[in-house]
Amino acid sequence: MVDHAQKLANRVWQRHSRKQRLSRYGVFFVTLLVVVWAVRDIDIFWPWVWDAPTQIANLGGRMWPPSAAGLGAIIRALIETVHIATLATFLTIFIALPVSYIAAQNTTPNRACLWLGRFILVASRSVNTIIWALLFVAIFGPGVLAGILAIAFRSIGFIGKLMGEAIEEIDRRPVEAMQATGASKAKVIAYAIVPQVMPAFFAIVILRWDINIRESTVLGLVGAGGIGVILQSAIDTFAWPTVATILLAIIVLVLIGEAITGLLRRRVM
Amino acid sequence: MTPQRHWQKPPFIQNPWLRYGLWAGATLYLLWALGSLPFDWTRIAEGLPRAARIFSGGFPPSFERFDLLVTGFKESLQIALLATLLGVGLSIPCAVMAARNISPLPVYLLGRAIIILSRSFHPVIVAILFVAAVGFGPLAGIITLTLYSIGFVGKLLAEEIEEIDWGQVEAVRAAGGGFMAMLCYAVFPQILPRQVGLSMYQLDSNLRASAVVGIVGAGGIGSTLMNAFGRYDYAFAFAILLIIIAVILVSEGISGWVRKKIW
Amino acid sequence: MLEITHLTKRYGRNEAVLKELDLHVEGNSVVAIVGASGAGKSTLLRCINRLVEPSSGSIKLNGHELVNLKGGDLRRARRKIGMVFQGFNLLDRLTVMENVLAGRLGYVSLYQAVMRRYPPADIERAFTLMERVGIAHYANKRADELSGGERQRVGVVRALMQEPDVLLADEPTASLDPRTSEQIMVLLQSLASELSLPVLINIHNVTQAKAYTERIVGLRHGKMIFDGTPAEFNQGALDAIYGGIESPDETHGDAEQGALP
Repeated sequence: MVDHAQKLANRVWQRHSRKQRLSRYGVFFVTLLVVVWAVRDIDIFWPWVWDAPTQIANLGGRMWPPSAAGLGAIIRALIETVHIATLATFLTIFIALPVSYIAAQNTTPNRACLWLGRFILVASRSVNTIIWALLFVAIFGPGVLAGILAIAFRSIGFIGKLMGEAIEEIDRRPVEAMQATGASKAKVIAYAIVPQVMPAFFAIVILRWDINIRESTVLGLVGAGGIGVILQSAIDTFAWPTVATILLAIIVLVLIGEAITGLLRRRVM
Repeated sequence: MTPQRHWQKPPFIQNPWLRYGLWAGATLYLLWALGSLPFDWTRIAEGLPRAARIFSGGFPPSFERFDLLVTGFKESLQIALLATLLGVGLSIPCAVMAARNISPLPVYLLGRAIIILSRSFHPVIVAILFVAAVGFGPLAGIITLTLYSIGFVGKLLAEEIEEIDWGQVEAVRAAGGGFMAMLCYAVFPQILPRQVGLSMYQLDSNLRASAVVGIVGAGGIGSTLMNAFGRYDYAFAFAILLIIIAVILVSEGISGWVRKKIW
Repeated sequence: MLEITHLTKRYGRNEAVLKELDLHVEGNSVVAIVGASGAGKSTLLRCINRLVEPSSGSIKLNGHELVNLKGGDLRRARRKIGMVFQGFNLLDRLTVMENVLAGRLGYVSLYQAVMRRYPPADIERAFTLMERVGIAHYANKRADELSGGERQRVGVVRALMQEPDVLLADEPTASLDPRTSEQIMVLLQSLASELSLPVLINIHNVTQAKAYTERIVGLRHGKMIFDGTPAEFNQGALDAIYGGIESPDETHGDAEQGALP
């Protein structure tokens, strides 16, 4: 007779193999170590952490109700913010397109250009908009020029990288055909490359404009123009109800921006 | 000889009113925007000589205060780690709430509201508010980036949940599984790979952001950078910038590698 | 008149794809180039208009050496060589008319090209050619809205718009169904005689090669091993070219429809 109990005892099911379990525990353990280190080493005054919810609620209370004082100035600042974002995005296009051309493997004239293009794009992307703003405020002084340049310099990396990828993904066959007709490089680009990357171009620029609207709201915090300037002064003077109004205005701006970009995307695509 | 035929490329926008209207509108807008913005031309004209001074002062970058650099970065790293952990952890229930296919309408609306609110504001603005609420230092930074993570990861995760294979959910329900069982057996296994990828991406993102929230006092290398700028110590500031770029590149590389391994 | 001497193409240190190939094409012949995949047919054609760089050898078109041309000279030489591609290689998002006019890119200025202001003579020629091949009513349609056969006809018109001295067709019918590919072969053959144009056609379909061309050149592993009339192209030749490599394409079905007696 077969010993069923014996057979059953040998049939063990485990979700993970031993090796998998070890690696899972390993990852879990390492993560735990890292967290413990971070929590213990960080420079936080722990009593404040438990107090935080109260403090946050406190601040919220001081911001209510939002105050309508200075609404005119707020709206003017909002418009200024939109101008900064739009002008900067417009400016970026002229720089980002040639850079994306040389940063794309299939269109770059030589390896030096390829690395130059990639370096420009990486540098632009790695430096946050606010840091660019700090730099330009130091150079050109506080004001909208610093803001426009900051947004533009950051956007070059975004638009350039995505356009470069779009260029690298084109169908090469029309390029071959245009070369075969004896067209010069410029004409090959105009006929074989540009039409293929147009849809991507519009999508990317519209997306970046949307992001830039958000970015432009904080430029003023370092003095580079826009609604951030008014926000900073309201915070400095502890005018919390005004702060609340400004925040609401920013939400409205962001929502309008989203509506416009949604509309554009539907119409253009 | 027969008269020659003509051809013109049909324009992208057929309606001539709309076409010329857009051109006119765009030109008018540019003129209006440029005109209405306050440019302080005298100050701007000083810009290029100033730039020359700054760059010559900033070059070569000075690593004298290296220990300050290290402390600043350590703090940024800690902020990023804790914020990612908390944020990703909290984003899971938020995403579950904000997924139309597994949550009832009021819960769905609440979940969506939380996510939208977390996304609407630039992390720097949120950082300022929390600095005002809980004081200077990394605590404000952690709270800010946690919210930022919830907004970003939560939204993507919710969309992911809304696209899962419903058959697996039905199977669990048919076997008598409740809500938790459905989550653990039908939902999470399907979204887990993407979840890990998103977490890596968010860690990278938070590391970048933590460098910036410090500018408004929320801790990390941003504070160090702000101080350097304030003291006109451009050589040190340049050094900090270089390290920031290097760290971002390394972190991008690592997160890309990890995502490839688990994908 | 196309004169190819000792043409060799080698990729890296691998075996040469073309080995000291000699080919002489006189006047208005329609020449079919047959061979198994990898025999070098496509490389041969692309060496002529330098889409592929020859490793050594000489290619002369009407007495002008093509192999060492650069820059503007190369472009001017290329505009005299028309090419029809297996994948049609059209500008999908542009209209048929723009695709066809693109054949004149070697002749117009950058301004004219970008603004689409082509000389009236070019436009007239475009309409005439499009009517000849039967696609004139598609002038303002997007190229990707046409069927395969129609798209290849656009490709043919584009090549002819260059007023070339020679027409190269790289497996022009390989992506088409049998009936449509017959139509394209008929078209190429009649255009060649109407315009007194020498045509080189890479082709897999041996039946069509025999039906529509006057001379068949067979390649095997980069060497020419057959050069003769369709009548001379017998089973022995077929085996010599394809034997042991692959079975050639020998559709008979619709071939009867348009075949010459």
